[in-house]
Amino acid sequence: MAPDIDSITLARETAENVDLTPRPGETLVFDKPRSLRSQNTHYCPGCHHGVAHRLVAELLDEMELREKAIAVSSIGCSVFIYHYLDVDSIEAPHGRGPAAATGLKRARPESFVFTYQGDGDLASIGMAEIMHAANRGERISVVFVNNTVYGMTGGQMAPTTLIGQKTTTCPAGRCLEREGSPIRMAEIMASLGGVAYSARVSLDSVKNIRDAKKAMRRAFQVQTENIGFGFVEVLSGCPTNWRMDAVKANRRIRAEMIPYFPLGVYKDVNTLNPEGER
Amino acid sequence: MSRVVFLEERCKGCMLCAELCPKKIIIQSTRINRQGYKVAEVSEMDTCTGCASCALICPDCAIRVFRSQKGEGA
Repeated sequence: MAPDIDSITLARETAENVDLTPRPGETLVFDKPRSLRSQNTHYCPGCHHGVAHRLVAELLDEMELREKAIAVSSIGCSVFIYHYLDVDSIEAPHGRGPAAATGLKRARPESFVFTYQGDGDLASIGMAEIMHAANRGERISVVFVNNTVYGMTGGQMAPTTLIGQKTTTCPAGRCLEREGSPIRMAEIMASLGGVAYSARVSLDSVKNIRDAKKAMRRAFQVQTENIGFGFVEVLSGCPTNWRMDAVKANRRIRAEMIPYFPLGVYKDVNTLNPEGER
Repeated sequence: MSRVVFLEERCKGCMLCAELCPKKIIIQSTRINRQGYKVAEVSEMDTCTGCASCALICPDCAIRVFRSQKGEGA
């Protein structure tokens, strides 16, 4: 016998039917950015890709870059960014986002080109491309989402996996002797000559999200002002592959990730040298 | 009076909003949406200050925040 559908309480309204017009005497202080499409994401509950997408979309709106922006999506969960951002986009082969972005920017210097890459994409297979694109000082911006694990393929060990963290390919925890220590990309980027801005931010709290937006704005500005390469490393959670719920994953970012991956601005040419060090 | 609206078809029930709410008024409801998630709801809307912390952390853009203009209550 079919289950009685009436016995299940369903969420009362669909998103389309909710009245979002402000009542008299109130203002809508938080709304979806225009550059973000209204469809639901495929991300797991509590995944920080959604927050990172929204910050990028808000900045594209605020900096009025939407019409000339080209997003380069990487391989990983975030490959579907072209479904969620209402901008032109191209999908690069695994790790080759910065190479594709280099070509795009050189062919169409008037456009705003950014890549959105995960840690398995950027810090592992794409290490050569990111290093050389950064060292050449290509006028592109990179949003690097670091969640210490390969998300899409089922939680394998990434170059950024923390020592002792259990993944499907290191079930006893990452071993320092055997696999080495996690790569700190923001520091590496800051040491390269062509990089104009390199920072590490986190998405675990209100304050850190606000700081993340400021850092991303600066990483976008160094491109629009033709200063150099902009890089932001975003610490984010992957509750599914960390085998914990979203709230615990957020706490893990604070307790385990931030101590190893310190937040902050590692390079900003404007503060290093007012003339701009190149 | 400030208020928040949850777009229940977008909510995935991760409850990051409840963790961050300074007034701790967000709870998990017993309703499930089309995706099969138990959606979040606000227990006492009167105490909402419209700080928008919940909307800022929401990974699914499921929250809209309305803040009352000055002199019209909380």
